[in-house]
Amino acid sequence: MRILPVLGMLAYRNLWRNHRRTIIMLSAIVIGTWAMIFMIALMRGMVEDMLRDGIEALPGHVQVHHPDYLDDPSISNVIPIPDAELASRFESAGIESWASRVRVPAVITSERESRGVTLLGVDPLRERGLTFVDYDEVEGRFLDAADDTGVVIGRKLANTLETELGKRIVLMSQSPENEVVDRGFRIVGLFDGNVESLEETYVFIGKATAQKLLRVRDDVTEVFAFGDDYRNVEPVYERVASIMDDGVSVQRWTDIDTYLGTMLGVMDGFVLVWVVVVFLALSFGLVNTLVMAVFERVREIGLMLALGMQPRSILGQIILESMMLLALGLLIGNVLAWAAIKPLEGGIDISVVSEGMAMMGVSSMLYPKLLLSDVILANVVVLVLGFLASLSPAWRASRYEPVEAITKVG
Amino acid sequence: MHIVLRLAWRNLWRQPRRTWLTVGAMVFSNVLLVFMVSLQFGMYGMMIDNTLQAFTGHLQIQAPGYKDEQKMRLTVPDVLPLAERLRQELPDASIAARGSTFVLASSEDRSFGIAVFGVEPDFEPQVSSIPGLVKQGRYLTSDSMEEIVIGDVLARNLKVGLGDELTLLGSGVDGSFAAAVVPVVGIFESGVRDIDRSIAEIPLGMFQDMFYMEGGGHQVVITAANIDAVPDMKLRVQALMPDADNLVLHDWDALQPGLKQAIQADMSSAFAMYGLLVILVAFSVLNTQLMSVLERTHEFGITLALGLKPGRLGRLVLLETAIMGLVGMLIGVILGLLLLLWLGVTGFAYPGMEEVAAQFNLPSRIYPQPGLITLFAGPLVVFAFTVISALYPALRLHWMRPVEAMRAV
Repeated sequence: MRILPVLGMLAYRNLWRNHRRTIIMLSAIVIGTWAMIFMIALMRGMVEDMLRDGIEALPGHVQVHHPDYLDDPSISNVIPIPDAELASRFESAGIESWASRVRVPAVITSERESRGVTLLGVDPLRERGLTFVDYDEVEGRFLDAADDTGVVIGRKLANTLETELGKRIVLMSQSPENEVVDRGFRIVGLFDGNVESLEETYVFIGKATAQKLLRVRDDVTEVFAFGDDYRNVEPVYERVASIMDDGVSVQRWTDIDTYLGTMLGVMDGFVLVWVVVVFLALSFGLVNTLVMAVFERVREIGLMLALGMQPRSILGQIILESMMLLALGLLIGNVLAWAAIKPLEGGIDISVVSEGMAMMGVSSMLYPKLLLSDVILANVVVLVLGFLASLSPAWRASRYEPVEAITKVG
Repeated sequence: MHIVLRLAWRNLWRQPRRTWLTVGAMVFSNVLLVFMVSLQFGMYGMMIDNTLQAFTGHLQIQAPGYKDEQKMRLTVPDVLPLAERLRQELPDASIAARGSTFVLASSEDRSFGIAVFGVEPDFEPQVSSIPGLVKQGRYLTSDSMEEIVIGDVLARNLKVGLGDELTLLGSGVDGSFAAAVVPVVGIFESGVRDIDRSIAEIPLGMFQDMFYMEGGGHQVVITAANIDAVPDMKLRVQALMPDADNLVLHDWDALQPGLKQAIQADMSSAFAMYGLLVILVAFSVLNTQLMSVLERTHEFGITLALGLKPGRLGRLVLLETAIMGLVGMLIGVILGLLLLLWLGVTGFAYPGMEEVAAQFNLPSRIYPQPGLITLFAGPLVVFAFTVISALYPALRLHWMRPVEAMRAV
């Protein structure tokens, strides 16, 4: 083992004997690493954004419904546990980020137009900060309490209905007995969504008001809860499931929106594929550099072997040379990527293609996100594959016949 | 020229392993480019076709402002005569008129707000895939019959089947109350949840009566033979439109701005990746060619001393690179073509693609088709960058001094 520092020194000096070649290869590694990590951060940011918005629009990491509600979203399929009872169960389970809602299809009618919408009866005090509506950004005001008698609708919907803040609209839906119920509301607030479809789809009224309108006592159709991390919802899922009765359906966000759930896996797969592709493109140059380095030094390697250096030391020396080159390139590439991403973390404006991004469920600002796990993955993959790629030229170098190698004409 | 070519060819194979490794880098990125580009463009084509075929068509005539806010009173007056006249003037296009509004649809048990379209039963199948997707019952048959076709999710939500009656409540073009009771004659399944959940179709004649349209409609949908014929078709329709009526003609990228932008966004990120691949290959070539020039310093020194112009030597190096690039391109394109042909039979899929594909109206397996552009676009760019990256080693020869060079070992 004492020989290792010597080999390291030899490898390092050999690296700079042909500095031009080393610098070209180094630049290739640096550019590759930089672009690899930068791209991953961009894609990661896009997907994270999409997932966060998607989960806020669902909302929640975990949702609870009546089992029939999923196929038949009607007020007759309420959760068979009264709202007050739900509150005490969540409190005893120690879950804080949760809320219950009345969510039913409805028709909204202004003086001029009518549209089909999703009516949400919410408790604004409970779900502040949990959903996609930023209460402070609402024009006018958001609902004050569960028994607020106003309505908050999206800006886009208000335009379509040709109505505005302060005007009245009529909401029409059904009671559990299938009777048509309706009521007039004054618009107290207009909200903006990241994606226009949110503004067109959702209409907010107070939960208690909704229950009165729909003629249900203290029933809700939907409960949602948030855990600490959207990647790992099992803990909160299990806790919510444990406090629910058997007759209700508890779902993770990945079950509710399979597109979103799949995106997470697709993204993780993409990161790995991308790293491997960049490495493969680099590997040809890397192996080439090593082959040339060995070729130039055939006589010298033969001499070392003749003087009694072990073949495995030759092997180690070449591999060390390759690893040093890779490590140096990775280091500079990582630092440059970090330096490029840091100033962009405030967001990149991509509103030029905003409607296309909306189709994918992404807003028009892109926030690159550098995940430590991605950086580690990229570096480890490159080093491991780099090691494997250097094995062949290094092995050949260590197998030279000393006499033949020394007499070879360079 | 012949001798230079032979010289270049032989020089390449003085270090066969190095040459093959460099060619290997080109082949790798060429195959990847051929594969990715054809997959990408195949997907874009399908995205456009599937989205537009479902409902939008290639072109639509609408009242000004209707595109952004679909208001009942923004009508196309006398929509049927207009569609009929266009059909006569443009026999190669598929044309159908529609009316559209939002109503409350109620069955015995349930009510939902839906979009209802008044369509021409004889012509709608030519511009939309929905009539062909009726899985239960039949599509609309006559322009004046009172009947309705709905999506399967909506049927499930409303708890209705064939023959059951739906009550439609809405408001007419003048804001007055409009209502009708219609039997469900068909249920379609498009596979797109949003369409299956929220759309119903009734005959245009009934639509006009029910909503007091006085002969008006909301859109005339025009579908050309294929997407490439759209710009030409747009000009021809434009020329036929009655300008006095204050109508506008939109093409598909105005009607579905998200579609084109989704493609652009995807393209720009894909091109960034391709760019990186090409740059890495260029570095590989630069390294190889620089080494091969430096190795031959001694030899080049002698040839220069013998009176050869540095320019000719430089061309020799460029020629070597170009040959290498051509070999890389040839092998890359052939392998890429084989890969595409194989995937054209077996189809391409990756885990999770089904859900992602459904979001963009795509089938869950993609069968890429090789085309001249998709086969050669990427490899040609790689080739160009290969030759460019050899410029520096080639130009170095101009600074070479014969005497010093000859002394180099």
